[in-house]
Amino acid sequence: MQRKKLVVIGNGMVGHHFIEQLVQTEAAKQFEIITFSEEPRLAYDRVHLTSYFETRDPAKLALTTEDFYREHGVTVHLGDKAVAIDRAHKIVRSEKGTEVPYDVLVLATGSYPFVPPIPGHDREGCFVYRTIEDLEAITRTAAESRIGAVVGGGLLGLEAAKALQDLGLETHVVEFAPRLMAVQLDEEGGAMLRRKIEALGVAVHTGKNTQNIVTGKFQRLKMEFADGDELETDMIVFSAGIRPRDELARQAGLEVGPRGGIVVDDHCRTSDPDIFAIGECALWNGQIFGLVAPGYQMARVVVDLLNGKEAAFTGADLSTKLKLMGVDVGTIGDSHGRTPGAHSYVYKNEHDEVYKRLIVSADNRKLLGAVLVGDAAAYDTLLQYYQNGIDLPQPPDALILPSNEGAPAGLGPDALPESATICSCHNVTKGQIVACIDRGVVALADIKSETKASTGCGGCAALLKSIVDAELEKRGLEVKKDICEHFPYSRQELYHIIRVEQIRTFDELLENHGRGLGCDICKPAVASILASYWNDYVLSDKYFKLQDTNDFRLANLQKDGTYSVVPRVPGGEITPEKLIALGEVARKYNLYTKITGGQRIDLFGARLEQLPHIWKDLIDAGFESGHAYAKAVRTVKSCVGSTWCRYGVQDSVGMAIFLEHRYKGIRAPHKIKMAVSGCTRECAEAQCKDIGVIATEKGWNLYVCGNGGMKPRHADLFATDLDDETLVKYIDRFMAFYIRTADRLQRTSTWLENLEGGLDYLKEVIIDDKLGICAELERQIQHLVETYECEWKKTLENEAILKKRFRFFVNAEGGDDNVVFVEERGQIRPATPEEKHRLKGIPVELEEAS
Amino acid sequence: MFLCVLRVPAVKKTNQRTDMTETTASRTETWIDVCDVSDLEPDAGVCALVAGRQIAIFHLPKLGKVFAIGNYDPFSHANVLSRGLTGDIGGEPVVASPVYKQHFSLETGRCLEDETVSVPVYRVRIEGGRVQIQLPAGEKRP
Ligand SMILES: Cc1cc2nc3c(=O)[nH]c(=O)nc-3n(C[C@H](O)[C@H](O)[C@H](O)COP(=O)(O)OP(=O)(O)OC[C@H]3O[C@@H](n4cnc5c(N)ncnc54)[C@H](O)[C@@H]3O)c2cc1C
Ligand code: SF4
Repeated sequence: MQRKKLVVIGNGMVGHHFIEQLVQTEAAKQFEIITFSEEPRLAYDRVHLTSYFETRDPAKLALTTEDFYREHGVTVHLGDKAVAIDRAHKIVRSEKGTEVPYDVLVLATGSYPFVPPIPGHDREGCFVYRTIEDLEAITRTAAESRIGAVVGGGLLGLEAAKALQDLGLETHVVEFAPRLMAVQLDEEGGAMLRRKIEALGVAVHTGKNTQNIVTGKFQRLKMEFADGDELETDMIVFSAGIRPRDELARQAGLEVGPRGGIVVDDHCRTSDPDIFAIGECALWNGQIFGLVAPGYQMARVVVDLLNGKEAAFTGADLSTKLKLMGVDVGTIGDSHGRTPGAHSYVYKNEHDEVYKRLIVSADNRKLLGAVLVGDAAAYDTLLQYYQNGIDLPQPPDALILPSNEGAPAGLGPDALPESATICSCHNVTKGQIVACIDRGVVALADIKSETKASTGCGGCAALLKSIVDAELEKRGLEVKKDICEHFPYSRQELYHIIRVEQIRTFDELLENHGRGLGCDICKPAVASILASYWNDYVLSDKYFKLQDTNDFRLANLQKDGTYSVVPRVPGGEITPEKLIALGEVARKYNLYTKITGGQRIDLFGARLEQLPHIWKDLIDAGFESGHAYAKAVRTVKSCVGSTWCRYGVQDSVGMAIFLEHRYKGIRAPHKIKMAVSGCTRECAEAQCKDIGVIATEKGWNLYVCGNGGMKPRHADLFATDLDDETLVKYIDRFMAFYIRTADRLQRTSTWLENLEGGLDYLKEVIIDDKLGICAELERQIQHLVETYECEWKKTLENEAILKKRFRFFVNAEGGDDNVVFVEERGQIRPATPEEKHRLKGIPVELEEAS
Repeated sequence: MFLCVLRVPAVKKTNQRTDMTETTASRTETWIDVCDVSDLEPDAGVCALVAGRQIAIFHLPKLGKVFAIGNYDPFSHANVLSRGLTGDIGGEPVVASPVYKQHFSLETGRCLEDETVSVPVYRVRIEGGRVQIQLPAGEKRP
């Protein structure tokens, strides 16, 4: 039998989902599937597009592979746009001139970002935010920009603003409406969100009508607003809504809506019965759905119809929960309270900047909608009340009021009916998840791949996990927090075992509490616990084999197999003599030198066998190990403070040096960074450190659990106006408590976020000594301080270790001939593989490791 | 950009030769003498230079075994595997690359994260307290 031809135009999220679903059904046998993709790659996860800035790897976003399509006999025309539909002859024509006849046609052309027709909107420096190519262009221009503006203060606009800020730009959001997220949020919610976002350093301009974009005086561009204001910026990202891509349908004479969108019925059929439209290009019941879940539902409807099953699209819920620039926001259902007879419960807390509103039915029994800003913990529960029409508890405001017992008043996973939809992207119910567990699938990852739950937008991840945990617990299965396959314990439990049983070696622990040989996860974790408990020499025989190469060789391994060396420069204060000595060492061994963010100097390109020689020279010049190689206290950064600065109110350098000497070398679950600023101007950036100290007229303010880097987090103010002694006491306790209770490789910021009871609990433990352990915590730190030794000094005294561990070959002199340097900007850098290929074998200057 | 080779470390050829005397065992196979057993690091690796190749040798006393694989890490393109942490994954002895942390089986050389990648495995034995390595046939000498 001749197979019918099915053509899908657009290989975006929905087009791909349609094909992926279809090929798994019976109907696949009847159809030969052909798809056109205008983009140069197969479908990718547009919902998580922003993560591209972190990975810069399109493959990480890919939803499928060419192999998958080939295996299922799907023909793909990549980078080829469909330009015409000839309905009379049932043929699709493409830009590259391909002509494909169809029996059934599916339009999944998505939408395009709307750019308001402002004069100058197409100038250089103007962008949209929809494809990987858009993000690549934004990244390139951001590198040579200082200021960025986003037009549009909706969901996507704020996501784009966050991206610009992460790219290091001074960021502005320009919104036409009088508030942010006008579609989803009510006035109070919008105002709260605005305050929170401004506090993060993004300027918000609402009620601004951009009229002109011209060349700027100081920056690349200037935006002129209707009210006469102006904004100079280097780049503009338009995020002012989306418009359905209905141009093909229009030209083919299909019915389209007055404001765009391909009109479809409940079967997702257009006005031509052989043509379907699904996803963001489809207009159903006068509505466009700009979310992926409704698009997936439409795709499934068409798949069912092609399989001869009855199915209908019945609309979709547009509830959303997301973290916008670190601010939790959730909206459910009728968030504006427009349903007749509806009334509201509002909770507003201006101190913590939390706003919650419930919209309930006239009889007070059903939830119609909700707005959550600043704290969206109740979202999952509320959504279940809303979607499943569960009767509200009385009075309903218990759902949004802070509860005194600390337990969120919520529907436990057990309270949900089997029919409750957990994942709306893939339409997975609680019943399906339970059935999957009943079949013996118990690992979260397997449940996800089996049921597809939580593999769409990911919004239901927390709910899914709590259901799985609850179900496993019911079945008497334990929820695993094991550090790895060798120990059935979490890091905290291992810490406890080591402390109680006074265990001193990994082998002892493995023998009594573990199995197998250990691995690269448990070994360093146990080494760190042993070090922070006993503080023995890290290169002693019982420890060295546990350490990854950085700790093992007391230097930082770089990508080419050489090491970098960072001597300690406490508080960033250094004498000219020492600076010269450092320079001389770098020159002698021809090392690449770079100033680090922690106010010290990093020397790169040291070969393994050179390390002892370099360190001998450094120690002779008065330096000591900087522990840059260890998960330990790294640096205490400081500003010059009251000694030199006219604003300073305390000696920040003196305090930084004191703190750095006190805590240097202490091993922890992850690295710990600190800083001390001499006044509230905060030049040392203490609020992005694990421990930050800011001088006040009366003493010191202590901040904890901040983080820079990939996941920035502002530190929380922990205590104010402390004298020196109390400050040190609190830091001692904080560090010891963190070391004792954190997970492996958990920075203080994530540790706090996962600590039950959060900041308040931490204060109770450390300030009020609620657990009665503070004396012990202080003793532990005191022991570590007293037993500190410079690891490099100790190593240089040990001939046997030097001879054994700091030579490259066990059976020959010399070093790795694969280490090749070239010169750039007057210093060495590792040669690229191509350069090595070219350069190797050329006569070279030989240099001995003195 | 100005390109030049600043240094490529020298390998002292003389030393290499004395360290690598060939031992012809009872059978016809050629075993190359590498080092003393006491030169190995228990539960960790060392790097040996054998006929111009870098070979990572691991001693896992709990298994009573010595393993030898190539020192070159195909992911980082650097000679680093001897400096990785050893252990087992599901009972299979492995070393984790210290650069990007992929695991390589010490028995088969296969990468556990990517089936298509592997590193060479060499036969190794202990004879009279000496560690000896056998190179694949036909490649005994560079
Ligand atoms: C930054 C960002 C964040 C988002 N976050 C969320 C979120 O958190 N939650 C959520 O639910 N949704 C989110 N969305 C929306 C979500 O991505 C869309 O709803 C989803 O991608 C729609 O799928 P689609 O297949 O209809 O359209 P698209 O994914 O846009 O795919 C359409 C494809 O068709 C191609 N095409 C168009 N015309 C033709 C033609 N003539 N010939 C060939 N190919 C053609 C297009 O190039 C495109 O590749 C986000 C979107 C963006 C941009
Ligand atoms: S933080 Fe205050 S004291 Fe320190 S340099 Fe800045 S202004 Fe001066």
